[in-house]
Amino acid sequence: MPVNPDAVGREYGPFEPYEVTRVKIREFADAVDARSGAHYDVAVARAEGYADLVAPSTFAVIIAQKAEFHVVVDPEVGVDFSRVVHAEERFTHVRPIVAGDEISATIHIDGIKQRAGIAMVTTRAELADSDGAPVATVISTLAVREDA
Amino acid sequence: MTESTSPTFAGLEVGQVVAEREVALTRDSLVRYAGASGDFNPIHYNDVVAEGVGLPGVIAHGMLTMGVGASVVEEWAGAGNVSDYQVRFTRPIPVPNPGEAVVAVRAVIGALDEERRTARVDLTVEHDGAKVLGKAQAVVDCD
Repeated sequence: MPVNPDAVGREYGPFEPYEVTRVKIREFADAVDARSGAHYDVAVARAEGYADLVAPSTFAVIIAQKAEFHVVVDPEVGVDFSRVVHAEERFTHVRPIVAGDEISATIHIDGIKQRAGIAMVTTRAELADSDGAPVATVISTLAVREDA
Repeated sequence: MTESTSPTFAGLEVGQVVAEREVALTRDSLVRYAGASGDFNPIHYNDVVAEGVGLPGVIAHGMLTMGVGASVVEEWAGAGNVSDYQVRFTRPIPVPNPGEAVVAVRAVIGALDEERRTARVDLTVEHDGAKVLGKAQAVVDCD
């Protein structure tokens, strides 16, 4: 089933806020071989001027991918997840994510380009804190094979 | 009292290598990243599924490779000082079992913005002599 180009402009969310914990920051930092003390040690993070442990810059993908899932499963968009390859990713931070943040996401379908049997689907997740202040924008492009 | 960890802008030069690291990815690394990130796509741990969709076998999460790249930049830039980071995923990294896939990351200053006091760091990320990320660029806030 091809991707529906008319899905451009659709918006989903905001969803239930994601609670950022110290445990998850440490776990993620360890998984990506991040070595700064501010990811692991609260005293180091505070000495560097942060309220709590600092998340690595790609940590936001956890929250963004949960939101992107709503696009992938929307039958009116028509993405076959078994045919998806991740093509591009971009994070733009207003500020770093820190432990204790409650982050909500809204997801937008910004583009669908079809050529040579592949649909490039670009989504934009806007992440905001519990005060509604913007934290980060995550833009992701998925390549979906449409040929049989 | 707080100590800023961001790099000092003065003295930075385009072409300067700011960080380098080689990371050996194993199946253990992939399972660890799957759990940490919540990305449980079976092509990152199940050979049968991976081969069934035309891959040579289990491949690393693109986001793991991207995340490792960020870690190399952040070790120089300080935690929380990368304000923008983008990549294109151009080539998958097969991760054997048993064994490891070595990923080499090199971070070089690509451009300097005097007004904003930011440095654009260009990353070269290679596996087996071939680039696996394209247009990998991080913007670092400097002092």
